[in-house]
Amino acid sequence: MTGFETLIGILAATIAAATPLLLAALGELVVERAGVLNLGVEGMMLVGAVAGFAAAVATGSPAAGIAAAALAGMVMALLFGVMTITLLANQVATGLALTLFGTGLSALAGRDFVGIPLNPLPRIAVPGLDLLPGLEPLLSQDVLVWLGLAMAPALALFLGRSRAGLVLRAVGENHGAAHELGHPVAAVRYGAVIFGGAMAGLGGAYLSLAYTPMWAENMTAGRGWIALALVVFATWRPGRVLVGAWLFGGITIAHLHAQGMGFAVPAQFLSMLPYLATIAVLVAISRDAAQIRLNAPACLGKVFHPER
Amino acid sequence: MTAVLFGCAATLSPTPAAAEDAASGPLKVAFVYVGPVGDHGWSYQHDLGRRAVEERFGGKVVTTMVENVSEGADAERVIEELAEAGNKLIFTTSFGFMNPTIKVAARHPEVMFEHATGYKRSPNVATYSARFYEGRTVVGLIAGKMTKSNIIGYIGSHPIPEVISGINAFTLALRKVNPKAEVRVVWVNAWYDPGKEAAAAKALLDQGADVICQHTDSPAPVQAAAERGAWSVGQSSDMTRFGPNSQLTSIVDEWDVYYISRVQAVLSGTWKPTDTWGGLKDKMLYLAPYNPALPKDVLELAEKARVDIMDGTLNPFAGPIIGQDGKEILPAGKTLSDADILRMNYYVEGVQGKLPR
Repeated sequence: MTGFETLIGILAATIAAATPLLLAALGELVVERAGVLNLGVEGMMLVGAVAGFAAAVATGSPAAGIAAAALAGMVMALLFGVMTITLLANQVATGLALTLFGTGLSALAGRDFVGIPLNPLPRIAVPGLDLLPGLEPLLSQDVLVWLGLAMAPALALFLGRSRAGLVLRAVGENHGAAHELGHPVAAVRYGAVIFGGAMAGLGGAYLSLAYTPMWAENMTAGRGWIALALVVFATWRPGRVLVGAWLFGGITIAHLHAQGMGFAVPAQFLSMLPYLATIAVLVAISRDAAQIRLNAPACLGKVFHPER
Repeated sequence: MTAVLFGCAATLSPTPAAAEDAASGPLKVAFVYVGPVGDHGWSYQHDLGRRAVEERFGGKVVTTMVENVSEGADAERVIEELAEAGNKLIFTTSFGFMNPTIKVAARHPEVMFEHATGYKRSPNVATYSARFYEGRTVVGLIAGKMTKSNIIGYIGSHPIPEVISGINAFTLALRKVNPKAEVRVVWVNAWYDPGKEAAAAKALLDQGADVICQHTDSPAPVQAAAERGAWSVGQSSDMTRFGPNSQLTSIVDEWDVYYISRVQAVLSGTWKPTDTWGGLKDKMLYLAPYNPALPKDVLELAEKARVDIMDGTLNPFAGPIIGQDGKEILPAGKTLSDADILRMNYYVEGVQGKLPR
């Protein structure tokens, strides 16, 4: 095996490892930009993973699996929305409860699907791949990888350049003012939360349909939390989420490769790195009040009550 | 009213009469698992043992199990609750449950405890484990014959003696039939993390490994090897269906025989805090059906080794054993003692990389 092939292997594995983080974090980014903090990402990913797997096994169709995963994530998110947007429950507590609920629900629903194998999602190659020998592992990926890669610039455009994106950001920055201007704060937040649920569901489905095509309890193994950290790490910018996901994914993969090549790397330190990096970013942006105002949505996590 | 009744029961329970009353009902047996029963590996196999107990003893035994118990303070709480709920025999099935088990056992001398893979015992705590390394020897011989690249990928969970002795037994057997082969170890620092295990397998495959071994519990490595057309060896349970063309065999834990014998011992009043370390011959582990693609000579080699280990003519840790640094650890004609195996903290020659400390 040549050095070039190994390098391509590392890059391909990095992109794969980054995909569930990327999908879930992009969804959460939109949610947070609308001023809602949903800590239930891990739970929504798990429910998406089991729903996607179950649908793919039952129908034999990967497309049905992907659709079911997105739908299941949306239902979970809707539940969160009703609790926090309509019933004005505390977002942090509700989000944590959603994760606990999703973990238990997915384990219960997945009981009959343990130990069933599934073919991985089909890969879609970049046209003209024949002209680029050796790059096949990198440029032939499944639909969810391509979706994640396309979603980052699409969301950047949506949030930065579109009117709807502007309204969404306005709702997140100052829901009182947005409300005064006649924007439907609750409706916008519902939309964002449900979108976040769909993306988290897809992130989970990537694990159960493509990365390790099987259902196993708690198979997200904390990726939902890394996705949440990633949003902060990226200071709420889609492009930086993409880079951050590659970075976090790449650290894991590089670490495994280094071990295989015989370097002794303390694994515990590396599993801390995503969180350390996030804390470092938080500290860096917190030093400067203007920086925080520029980045974190000002109404993040605050309950909106139109009468007040 | 309930409180009053509860108070009475609490004051009565230590008296011999109450203890006899409890004994006249079915024997209550509890199991504590570190992972979900659905892990299809370690905890799953323990649960099969629990079900075998229920099937054997019928109405004489009532079993309870608690899954997903994290190793630490939570474990102590769970074990304590099970002891207070009237269970007379409690199996705690992960290494990290050792200290919580000892602590709770000291407070409940009337309850008998069984701790898997640990080394601390007390008058009411027995320990048990399986000689997993015996299976590794057989698998090492197969891998040595089947590899073409002479690179074997080995996914480790935690660098503890149980796992290290498996790596060394595997490597010793591997190099006996194929002195050119080397073993590359990647530690994932988890017993069960399908995503990380798959990533580790892919990293090893990218580095040229064509046989993937694992000492972790999910079928993800078998699946990853199957996708790339490489060989693999399963762990804890038979993982054939995740890679029918890939899994050479699997080292399967089997607790049925042990669990049934221990429950029987409690029922007949002969239970003692023993230390059991059983192997292939005690039926505490077995090898899953070999892959039909194995050539006849490899199959015969593997079967002969298995039978020889069972009747004692083949010792997985017979000398000469050479360490990674080329120095002799054990001269020819000698074998490692159980104590040596239980505190193994070095790699033998043929394993690449440094052992993390």
